[in-house]
Amino acid sequence: MSMRLRIASNIIKQGFKGVWRNKAMGLASITSITAVLLILGIVLILILSLNNIVLDTRERFDEVQVFLEDEITSAQMEEIEKKAKASNKLVSVTFKSKDEALEEMKEGWGDEGYLLEGLEENPLPHTLILKLKDIEYAEDVVKSIENLEGIEEIQYNYDIMEKLVLFTNYIRTGGLAIVLILILVSIFIISNTIKLTVTARKREINIMKYVGATNGYIRGPFVIEGVVFGLIGAIISILAVNYGYNYFFNAASDKLYVLFTVYLVPPKALMQDIVIIFTAIGAGIGALGSLVSMKRFLNV
Amino acid sequence: MIRFINVSKEYKNGVKALSNINLNIEKGEFVFLVGPSGAGKSTLIKLILKEENPTDGRIYLNNEDITYVKNRKIPYIRRNVGVVFQDFRLLPNKTVYENVAFAMEIIGAHPKEIRRNVPMVLSMVDLSKKAHNYPHELSGGEHQRVAIARAIVNSPPILIADEPTGNLDPDTAWEIMKVLRDINRRGTTILMATHAKDIVDAMKRRVVEIEKGTIIRDEEKGVYEHEITNS
Repeated sequence: MSMRLRIASNIIKQGFKGVWRNKAMGLASITSITAVLLILGIVLILILSLNNIVLDTRERFDEVQVFLEDEITSAQMEEIEKKAKASNKLVSVTFKSKDEALEEMKEGWGDEGYLLEGLEENPLPHTLILKLKDIEYAEDVVKSIENLEGIEEIQYNYDIMEKLVLFTNYIRTGGLAIVLILILVSIFIISNTIKLTVTARKREINIMKYVGATNGYIRGPFVIEGVVFGLIGAIISILAVNYGYNYFFNAASDKLYVLFTVYLVPPKALMQDIVIIFTAIGAGIGALGSLVSMKRFLNV
Repeated sequence: MIRFINVSKEYKNGVKALSNINLNIEKGEFVFLVGPSGAGKSTLIKLILKEENPTDGRIYLNNEDITYVKNRKIPYIRRNVGVVFQDFRLLPNKTVYENVAFAMEIIGAHPKEIRRNVPMVLSMVDLSKKAHNYPHELSGGEHQRVAIARAIVNSPPILIADEPTGNLDPDTAWEIMKVLRDINRRGTTILMATHAKDIVDAMKRRVVEIEKGTIIRDEEKGVYEHEITNS
């Protein structure tokens, strides 16, 4: 074993000794880190699911549906198309006849589609679908065509979009603010735990300095102690989120809530991120907490 | 080995601990540092150990300028200087052997080297039989001998002793002085701060006397001036 390896193994040994010596207070650190990560997990799931809703809504609402009168002339239709295209805010214009619209509706209703068979007359209108480059253009485009002949109704949903985005932002900022505060609290708790080991080993640290131990050698065991606490917290919360969310997801996937589950992040996709994020944050809180607690003791 | 050139130290609170110190200690010397409490002995030692930086002047250790060095280099400087304190500073939960081995472990010494050197220094301080005792089972003089063993186990060229006999009765103090003399004979430079008049007088070594932050006397084979009261 080289000198470096021996030093490293000493540091690691001391670190685990510290974990064991402080197991009671360590429990407080682990609990606080677990709490932070669990809340972070919930916030993450909320944000990701909301993001899905926003994305889906964006896709669904980044178009303006122009319902046309049944007796519209092709000249009128061309005029509408020309005006709408003039501002260069469209991706595409599609015409959907009333028959196509009915067919689509039948498909959408699935098993219940046969209910539509009984209709005597197709009540749906012809539709021009104006796909927007961005949802924000909706109002402009609508204004440019609303006074033209042959239009029955124009439908677009800019308001909903705006509110949804705003709501998502609130959740995101609020959630992250809470998580940030909790992270600071855990760093504080962990640094106090580590301070116990540091104080218990004050004499040893003092001697180590006089014999020429590097700061890294002195600091190392405490960083390891903190990181071990952080990782234990991370493992507990990863397991908790994994089982908890799986359970919730499956329960929600019961037929009744099928519409709702579409927007939920699938647990499998989530877990990979959760493992990486939780491990990093857990270890980070642990390391930072111990560095904070060591700062005062190294100035000799 | 140790060299101070026009060194002054003023603490941040305005206390002028040392002014214009010039001192040159050669390899293999045994030097007593005497003077009343608060004269500046501790500050001088702290400057050598890089616990404090001087306000003025230059300090050389082993021909290396250590006046201003980066913090992360300080541990490596300290490996050249063994230190012994009045209060021993042993680890109570480690045996004599472990206390000494500890000094080697932290610098990453090879286990084989540890197994060879620790018994060697323990026999030098005549503690081979107590290797597996804990500090609370030892007498004051034995405590200090363990501390000395720990200070020299990495073979530093310089040994600094800060009132090593301050807590010991006269007989035990002499025991410690014999150990230090042996170590000095093997070539280690020793700087010892002390208030023990009889020891200084009997040893007939170089004496550097500090008062109010300046060196007022520096003589070969000196004695402890009698007008200075023991404290």
